[in-house]
Amino acid sequence: MSARVTRILGGLALLALAAGLAAGFGYAPREAVQGNVQRIMYVHVPAVLTAYLAFGLVLVGSVGALATGRLSWDRLAGAAAELGVVFTGITIVSGSIWGKPTWGTWWTWDARLTSTAVLFLVYAGYLLLRAMVDEPERRARIAAVVGVVGAANIPIVHFSVKWWRALHQPSTILGPEPSPIAGPIAAALLVNWVAFTLLFLYLLLRRVELARLEDAWVPETRR
Amino acid sequence: MIGYARRTWIVLWKDLLVERRSKESLNALLFFALLLLFLFQFALGLDQDRLHAALPGLIWLGFVLAGLLGLGRSFVAERDNDCWDGLRLTPGDKSAIYLGKLAANLMVMGAVEVVILALFGLFYNVNLVSVLGPLAVVLALGTLGLATVGTLFAALTAGVRARELLFPVLLLPVQVPVLLATVSATQIVLAGQPLGDAGAWLRLLAGADLVYLVIGLLTFEFILDA
Repeated sequence: MSARVTRILGGLALLALAAGLAAGFGYAPREAVQGNVQRIMYVHVPAVLTAYLAFGLVLVGSVGALATGRLSWDRLAGAAAELGVVFTGITIVSGSIWGKPTWGTWWTWDARLTSTAVLFLVYAGYLLLRAMVDEPERRARIAAVVGVVGAANIPIVHFSVKWWRALHQPSTILGPEPSPIAGPIAAALLVNWVAFTLLFLYLLLRRVELARLEDAWVPETRR
Repeated sequence: MIGYARRTWIVLWKDLLVERRSKESLNALLFFALLLLFLFQFALGLDQDRLHAALPGLIWLGFVLAGLLGLGRSFVAERDNDCWDGLRLTPGDKSAIYLGKLAANLMVMGAVEVVILALFGLFYNVNLVSVLGPLAVVLALGTLGLATVGTLFAALTAGVRARELLFPVLLLPVQVPVLLATVSATQIVLAGQPLGDAGAWLRLLAGADLVYLVIGLLTFEFILDA
């Protein structure tokens, strides 16, 4: 991917984020029940969608690295994991800030919150592991196995946490979602989602490129 | 196929023989189990009801902590004594080595679990004998889930810096579903309910075990070569 494409993507991401801010604060109306607090959704939901995209790419990169043995796949997986952890972090923090005024608590062991937190921990561990292995080829293989286990575990975590909550506490604190989303709100959400995805792709390309330079540089100094 | 089973058996036999002669893991793990029992008692106080309410969680906490110590060591000897290269040179499918290691780990874990359970029953005054059958099913499925990923991650971290730290940091988040399922199922079983009441959890555990086992078999070779 040439530097030019990356730069254009960065510019687009910047424009889209500006449009997203305008849509979230200007165009979208004040939500009837929650008021302005609801506008956190324009960060919260795009962040979690981006995180899922990132973890999907970790799986793709991990399988690719195991199948081909090429480092480029591993760099994709590593870069996507870093961004995935960041966006999951944004999701959890923005969710907490949203939860305090609406549910009255920063954190609750709700099924979705719990599985998101577990996801965060799994991939944070993945990043820790990557940091501990210096040789790129070795790191690629070891990390790819953890990437595959982590991804295969996502549905298992999802169901276990869901049942855990269902069995212990049938009535959840979470109110029903504002089900039929109003047109302007949906539109603002869409703009922000596109913006986050563009930002993610831009950062991903930059990070992959940086990792490529790192991998190219280390052997010369070692030998 | 016979060659595969033979290689699995040889790895298992070797590990058990080493364990029998050195008694490195088992002795320390049994002592550790006894210590855990005291720790839990001191942490929760003398209230028997509170202790019994927390029992399913405590049992699995004990197994997981013992597992972190026991499983984490299972490949260290291979690294330290350069046996790793010997394993790599083994002809044929490398997943046989994983299977052998897994079997050895399951046997060590099983032994530790039996002792922990006996100690729990004795010291905390719980009647575990009457629920032994259903409890054994939950234990078997849960231990398999712990050991499949544990063995894979032990191999993975064996040659990595700060492996003692990395192993639990990697293993524990992945084990969240196994822990939730086993603790819930154990709770149901200890309450004297039939095993069918825990059916959903047992199916989840069995499914998770299968997924972990298949991934372990498929990816072990890459770790061995890393």
